[in-house]
Amino acid sequence: MYEGVVQNLIDELGRLPGVGPKSAQRIAFHLLAADPADVTRLTEALREVKDKVRFCSVCGNVAEAEQCRICRDARRDTHVICVVEEPKDVVAIEKTREFRGRYHVLGGAISPIEGVGPDDLRIRELMQRLADGEVTELILATDPNLEGEATATYLARLVKPMGLTVTRLASGLPVGGDLEYADEVTLGRAFEGRRLLDV
Amino acid sequence: MSLYRDEGVVLRTQKLGEADRIVTILTRRSGRVRAAAKGIRKTKSRFGARLEPFTHVDLQLYERRSLDLITQAETLRPYGERLVFDYPRYTAGTAMLETAEKLTPIEKEPALRQFLLVIGGLRTLVEGGHDPRLVLDAYFLRSLAIAGYAPSLEECARCGERTGRAFAIAAGGMVCGSCRPPGSASPAEATVGLMIALLRGDWARADSSEPRHRLECSGLVAAYLQWHLEHGIRSLKHVEREAPSERSGRPRDEVGRGVSEEPSATVEFEREAAGFGREAPERAASFHGMTLNNDHE
Ligand SMILES: [Zn+2]
Ligand SMILES: [Zn+2]
Repeated sequence: MYEGVVQNLIDELGRLPGVGPKSAQRIAFHLLAADPADVTRLTEALREVKDKVRFCSVCGNVAEAEQCRICRDARRDTHVICVVEEPKDVVAIEKTREFRGRYHVLGGAISPIEGVGPDDLRIRELMQRLADGEVTELILATDPNLEGEATATYLARLVKPMGLTVTRLASGLPVGGDLEYADEVTLGRAFEGRRLLDV
Repeated sequence: MSLYRDEGVVLRTQKLGEADRIVTILTRRSGRVRAAAKGIRKTKSRFGARLEPFTHVDLQLYERRSLDLITQAETLRPYGERLVFDYPRYTAGTAMLETAEKLTPIEKEPALRQFLLVIGGLRTLVEGGHDPRLVLDAYFLRSLAIAGYAPSLEECARCGERTGRAFAIAAGGMVCGSCRPPGSASPAEATVGLMIALLRGDWARADSSEPRHRLECSGLVAAYLQWHLEHGIRSLKHVEREAPSERSGRPRDEVGRGVSEEPSATVEFEREAAGFGREAPERAASFHGMTLNNDHE
């Protein structure tokens, strides 16, 4: 244990995802030794991100305005929605340049064991977007692991009465991994070869 | 510090650092083990889907002071792959895994019976012949039985009288008119009959039960289980009941497809799993009073 403020910093850093107590300590001492200007830039960046960035009121992606860049873009196809778990998945898919429709960010995957059920995700918002009938295809691009697959199963069944084309990214995406780690070529191919979901 | 080999069912995975996971496994010989799987979240990981929840795997682990390290994993049966396309079955399976973890609080304490019960329960879920919620309730009741907490259903839990009409969780099950504490539930006779059938593995009787009795049975079993666990089962409220029209009673034809060869020690496996099929009542009765500590092979 260190004195008050240093320990505070270590504790705060330790609450970040993927940062264990050892790493927290290492980062804290790096910051202590760093040039004050560097630290000021970091604090500014942190403040700015909380002040300026919010979540798109339509799709749930990160946005610097009421709506995100993609939802505001009139050239995007309004008939297709690609459903992903996290904003970082939008970034991964955008890099493939395969997809010209819009997104819907769920904010995670159904995980009963972690206490996350359908009501804890942005599923109601998705259903609202589908209500007017403009969207004709739903691409389910949740992670190719068990929770992502279960979430896709749930959604496919939920929208079934709406008569949409529901597709799931093709295999080629290795099962068990996280979407964010897929390379652009693999992810692009998975998009091209997406399969029809029928539940 | 040494290598060891075991088989087990993956109960849960948690992210660790950038690309690793902590995998919680209920093993045949070593009870519940938490181990690290390095690089597993990378799409090119050699583990692939083998360490996803529900998978029955053959493992090689490297024993370390803190967290053991998984060095090899081979799939024996990929239960999750089939459960995941059927939401009610998937959620029932999830509640099973969470309960198995809560029922094995001490790491590396052998829990062979619980392991066999989970395997049997998952297999029954995958086979699709029974309402998944019935399978889950059967698993709960049998888990309680092997932990020594089987509810008394055919006689008063307090005095042994053969006429129990009320269900009192704290008393240990059904109680007679004179032992009945205030506030105990009064389940329908058919509901108690269903609980007995599930505990014994009398599926013919369980399958013919009515929806309202299944509902009442689930409520009592869940309350009884959570009282004994002293913890809630978080996934329980997300377990979805199958719509009556979905219940077909016929085994699904995809069963067994893509499933690899039989795991080791099949005999034992079949025996415990049979409790979910048809098995004599004395088997269930023989569980009474047994604790998880008796599970050493
Ligand atoms: Zn948007
Ligand atoms: Zn009595």
